[in-house]
Amino acid sequence: MANTSLPERIRRDFPVLQRKVHGKPLVYLDNAASAQKPLAVIEGQREYLSNYHANIHRGAHHLAQLATEAYEGARNSLAAHIGAAHSEEVIFTSGSTDAINLVAQSWGRSNLSKGDVVLVTRMEHHANIVPWQMICEATGARVEPINVLEDGSLDLEDFHSALQQHKPKLVAMVHASNTLGTINPVSELCQAAAAAGALTLIDGSQALPHMAIDVQAIGCDFYVATAHKAYGPTGIGFLWGKKDRLNAMPPWRGGGEMIQRVSFEGTTYNTLPHKFEAGTPHISGGIAFGIALDWMNGIGMEQIAAHEADLVAHAHSAVGTLEGVRIIGTAPQKVGVVSLIADGIHPYDMGTLLDGQGIAVRTGHHCTEPLMDHFGLESGTLRMSFAAYTTTREIDVAVAGLARALAMLR
Amino acid sequence: MAPNHPLIESRQQEVIEDFSVFDDWMDKYEHLIDLGKDVPAIDGARKTEEHLIKGCQSRVWLAADVADDGAVVFTADSDAIITKGLVGLMVRVLSNAPAQAIAEANLHFLDAIGLHQHLSPTRSNGLASMVQQMRLYAAALAAQQS
Repeated sequence: MANTSLPERIRRDFPVLQRKVHGKPLVYLDNAASAQKPLAVIEGQREYLSNYHANIHRGAHHLAQLATEAYEGARNSLAAHIGAAHSEEVIFTSGSTDAINLVAQSWGRSNLSKGDVVLVTRMEHHANIVPWQMICEATGARVEPINVLEDGSLDLEDFHSALQQHKPKLVAMVHASNTLGTINPVSELCQAAAAAGALTLIDGSQALPHMAIDVQAIGCDFYVATAHKAYGPTGIGFLWGKKDRLNAMPPWRGGGEMIQRVSFEGTTYNTLPHKFEAGTPHISGGIAFGIALDWMNGIGMEQIAAHEADLVAHAHSAVGTLEGVRIIGTAPQKVGVVSLIADGIHPYDMGTLLDGQGIAVRTGHHCTEPLMDHFGLESGTLRMSFAAYTTTREIDVAVAGLARALAMLR
Repeated sequence: MAPNHPLIESRQQEVIEDFSVFDDWMDKYEHLIDLGKDVPAIDGARKTEEHLIKGCQSRVWLAADVADDGAVVFTADSDAIITKGLVGLMVRVLSNAPAQAIAEANLHFLDAIGLHQHLSPTRSNGLASMVQQMRLYAAALAAQQS
């Protein structure tokens, strides 16, 4: 009962959901690309910019103290939200991409050498492939992919044999796939990787908005995610890592904030988390990220996850009524992502005709070209992706819109 | 911007007139889809890497030839039907025209018929890159011819 009423209770928090597009009420189903922002986040950012903006950590004045407290408060909220043992284990970055590049350039540059292997999966976003390719090119290591099964699940057999065959230094994988929706059994996978002597990095970009996360229960070495898919602002995200591991890693960007003392005879670096946060950060973004987490926790992650599971089940059966349409990604455990293709129809054409009806979806390869190649989908897919405020009615409108588009295109 | 060559201007006016009967968004797209279905596809033998303009979403092929009178003849294709309709419109306006006129063309018809968003790079449908290729080819040819 509570689940069905969730969107009714929260939709009024999202001003953008009231607007029209091309004269039709907006149906926003591109949440895996970026979620819309609740008033609390919008107002929180405005409040900071209007009342207590100042540069943080250094100022000897009142505003600097208020801003620092708010920014560090957000770090504490984030640490609590993901079950980190210490808040200095949370490094603010510009997003998941930035966080993965940090690990690749800092840990990778000092730990990878010729012949080493970084294991990734075929369902990775380009952000969890290219940084590894770049550091491998520089160090002589190489990237090996783990297969994906026909239903979009990770091929666990291939995973275990790759661990034995390649003895990887690091396994980097998504918690939940942005294209397929597949939720990987990360806790089990991290345990197996650790037993094989590999570190693990989990890209939680698509998990943070949809489920409770406990990095210690997962047992990974690094966890990254971004705020803007989880109702927060763009340009802010985080890297979590165990304190000892992060302490042992060299900084990769130099500048202000990250130093203890600078001289031409030799510079010493600041402690965690500042060592990895050179320069003035995205202060308003960090503060609003904390507010977004509070907003999600106010609803409850279990309730959001249950609502989205209902949406996925509803979407699967609604899409199933469309002739010649196939869902790509039917793993048993999924976040609110439904990718589909239609026989003989280009996804771009479907997306354009949905846009004309006020329905926002994403078409193309979703920054997962190796996955599209794996499934032989040259033109990619059409992806509908859901959030806590998505209704089953919106899914019905989108599926009816899709039926209309297909009738025009066939 | 210099005034358009009369040929290119009159073709744009024709397209604008064709589309003036559609006031509903979907009707306009229905027409575009029909155009996409009607447009002769590029000769299969020329649908090669060499002629491919890879957009992020839809792919566009473009081939250019020079007629005996020195005019540029374009043929083009796309794997997405709406893009193909748009590509067809672009060919209708620019093909079989003097190179100089193509290179300097002021393409205002997409704005006038309310489809300008398809030329936006965020659409990444290959159309904007195709127009750029057409201009570059024509400009290079015009330089040769003068």
